[in-house]
Amino acid sequence: MSSTKTKQQPEVIDAVVIRFVGDSGDGMQLTGTQFTDTSAMFGNDVATFPNYPSEIRAPQGSLYGVSGFQVHIGSVEISTPGDNVDLLVAMNPAGLKTNIGAVKPGHTIIVDTDAFTKKNLEKALYETNPLEDGSLENYRVIEVAMTSLTKEALKDVEGLDNKSITRSKNMFALGMVYWMYDRSRDYTIDFFHKKFKSKPQIIEANTKVLNAGYYFAETLELIPNTYTISPAKMAKGTYRIIMGNTATAWGFLAAAEKSGLELFLGSYPITPATDILHEMVKHKHFGVKAFQAEDEIAGITSSIGASFAGDLAITTTSGPGLALKGEALGLAMMVELPLVVVNVQRGGPSTGLPTKTEQSDLLQAMYGRNGESPVIVIAASTPANCFDYAFIAAKLALEHMTPVVLLTDGYIANGSAPWKIKTVEDMPTIKNRIIKEANESWHPYNRDDETLARDWAIPGTPGLEHRVGGLEKDKVTGNVSYVPENHEYMVKIRAEKVKRVQNFIPEIEPEFAQEGDLLVIGWGGTYGSLHTAVKEMNEAGYDNVGFAHFNYINPLPKNTEDLLKRFKKIVVCELNYGQFAKVLKINFNNYNFVQFNKVQGLPFGNNELIEKFKHLLQ
Amino acid sequence: MENTVAKKYNFKDFVSDQEVRWCPGCDDYVILRSMQKALPEMGVKKEDVVFISGIGCSSRFPYYMDTYGMHGIHGRAPAIASGVKLANPDLSVWVITGDGDAMAIGGNHFIHVLRRNLDLNIILFNNEIYGLTKGQFSPTSLVGQKTKSSPYGNTQPPFQPGELAIGAHSRFFARIGGNTPKEMTQLFIEAEKFKGTSLIEVLQNCVIFNDGCFTQFTDKAVRADKQLFVEHGEPMIFGKEKDKGLVLNDLKIEVVTIGENGITEEDILIHDAKEKDPTLHQMLIRLEYPLVTGIIRSYEDVTLEEREDALTEEVKSRSSFSKVDDLLFSGETYVVD
Repeated sequence: MSSTKTKQQPEVIDAVVIRFVGDSGDGMQLTGTQFTDTSAMFGNDVATFPNYPSEIRAPQGSLYGVSGFQVHIGSVEISTPGDNVDLLVAMNPAGLKTNIGAVKPGHTIIVDTDAFTKKNLEKALYETNPLEDGSLENYRVIEVAMTSLTKEALKDVEGLDNKSITRSKNMFALGMVYWMYDRSRDYTIDFFHKKFKSKPQIIEANTKVLNAGYYFAETLELIPNTYTISPAKMAKGTYRIIMGNTATAWGFLAAAEKSGLELFLGSYPITPATDILHEMVKHKHFGVKAFQAEDEIAGITSSIGASFAGDLAITTTSGPGLALKGEALGLAMMVELPLVVVNVQRGGPSTGLPTKTEQSDLLQAMYGRNGESPVIVIAASTPANCFDYAFIAAKLALEHMTPVVLLTDGYIANGSAPWKIKTVEDMPTIKNRIIKEANESWHPYNRDDETLARDWAIPGTPGLEHRVGGLEKDKVTGNVSYVPENHEYMVKIRAEKVKRVQNFIPEIEPEFAQEGDLLVIGWGGTYGSLHTAVKEMNEAGYDNVGFAHFNYINPLPKNTEDLLKRFKKIVVCELNYGQFAKVLKINFNNYNFVQFNKVQGLPFGNNELIEKFKHLLQ
Repeated sequence: MENTVAKKYNFKDFVSDQEVRWCPGCDDYVILRSMQKALPEMGVKKEDVVFISGIGCSSRFPYYMDTYGMHGIHGRAPAIASGVKLANPDLSVWVITGDGDAMAIGGNHFIHVLRRNLDLNIILFNNEIYGLTKGQFSPTSLVGQKTKSSPYGNTQPPFQPGELAIGAHSRFFARIGGNTPKEMTQLFIEAEKFKGTSLIEVLQNCVIFNDGCFTQFTDKAVRADKQLFVEHGEPMIFGKEKDKGLVLNDLKIEVVTIGENGITEEDILIHDAKEKDPTLHQMLIRLEYPLVTGIIRSYEDVTLEEREDALTEEVKSRSSFSKVDDLLFSGETYVVD
């Protein structure tokens, strides 16, 4: 093929948000991933978020069967997948209908007109065709008969069935978007060669369709402008695009290697945590023992068993699963064994909104057990730092001999972003507390003076045979004790042990204003949204706004109160009804915490945050 | 042989310093002592022995053993023990559980641990009652049984533990009366030898809340006539006079008397515990008279840890990853400079 038109100089822009939507079977995740990877390789900063239905194969063309992938790329720092989209690619009417609300007025929508049949319009509950009834007049709509053009492009390729032909129309769309945003096709063509090694006709077909889309866009009068986004200024190093759940799994692999322990995962499938299990089971080559248990309770109790026997033990779940694990988590706390419980939060309560994001398990993590049962609670805040916080969760569990709850959420777990790869060498050392021998006076509840952590005497070690259990223990021997004073002492020491973790975690450092009129507080997966909003405020001259984002929840960083003192107003922003605000109020009851809460299963939008902050500054 | 057990133990080596607190006369004492006597005969090192229990009277057991142990939470001992065994397959891992612990609150873990066939041993203390909570009916209590929670008689039909176990693909099932320590000790040794999950149901008399529930089979005076202690490869003969035996008639097991109606010892069924097909084992478990005790089923199969090991070795041999960094830098990466 040859181009019929010389390429114009593309317009340089800072960032763009693109959303690809279509049927579950239209390959939108692949299309989005290809655009992301190509842009990342080019040097852009990127953030993505997939959005797919919980139905596995929802009926074709239905509103609830729409699958989407949003990508935000920039030459500037990108911290979120973006709120509103600059370009929507809709492969069918249902995709258009469910996503039109996210498109900025005046911006571009590309549609496959072949999919706008009477039947599909009916399935999408359109009474009239939106391409004809004027309802899209506030947008720049590019109508392309993608299915027919794909068929046309493939008419000479032999050995393809009809299904394979129509299925490659996503590559036509990708080709068009590559042209519009001045991207190279090389990475994707390379990908075809790797992915379909043994199917040359599929490689040929996909390449042809991708090129056809690219050249079609070039010749099409309807696309007057092309854009380019220069590489972002990012720290030197080797990068990869990583999803939060993958990063979590890898953080544990790194921690196991660093601590010299074998890794055990006891888990039961639950959305959106299951991808951690999927990732872990691949790594038998590292000796990972990933055990799919019969239920959530067996997931955690098998991990407690593995921990007793000397493995770095992890269990992964989401909200309802954490509820089921509560009793066992209390046991782990009582027997003072290292254990990490990952809770990838989703919309609750009860079954709630399994595929949507929320931060409403914080209080469950803090308090959701019988008796006085403190555990360490930490939270990751970006897809990439799930790696770091998984590693730190393991380190704290092992060094302090206590369970740690690591909170992530559906938003960062399924989102992806560039990660400057760390080596295991780069990570802090982990000193596990396994003891191999001891003198006669040794007892299982001997404690380290600084951390109050007990020793880890594992089965197979001669001379250290001992029993642990959920009954209250004598403070020295660990034998069952009903002595009232002993119980109170043990309750206090278990609380003190967790509190002393403060001495081993970093202090909180605010971003932007270090003192001033408004302190924005967040925790966990909202980092990207809050950081972006406060940054924009500062860039717009509001240099009196600071931002503190918490990764350590229990215990809180030592200097938390020093921070609070430095601002006139404090707003705590959370995707729940005020759970972290409650924790802060309990700890610092002399301060007034304004709350900004959203419980819609969605992340914060930039505009709503900025509006709120401005209002608070008045 | 250096690496086998150099040390010789006696039962005192397995007695912990904790005072045993079961009710006087409880069969639990018999089980405890039988275990302490069996362990020195097993050829395992003391430090490799782990007892894991759930909740209930029986679950205090680990505290009384001078080995590694964990008193877990209600019903979850099989899952905890599975984690211990998967973490370190060299350990000798024992689950101590009761009828309520294993078959009510822990029913799910009980069936799955049997299905998976890890090399663990489970001792099920069946007393057909909840003891620690002071006398409610359990999943093995009989219909009509009057308990604290069924003052007019229990309306819930019971499980037969062996039947449930075989339904869950148990490979090793033995049953024994709580008042026969010699046989019990031997069964514990056999259970340890068996490669796979072994389940031993002990008919354990609760002197307080369900006294005498097994007397009709276990009382010394009637035991020989009412119990058939089976042994692999031996004819299934019982009775004080060793004159009763089992034959298969159509699809039913029938009790016959040797010397009557032309029956000779040759006609008596030979017990085949190692048969893969559990049909006859199930029939023996269900038999109301005589009560069949001893190792009813002992079918050796691949264990979960063997499957896992083989798979791990295979994956390792094919993998190009030797350390975690290899993974972190694998696939699509790019350099910013």
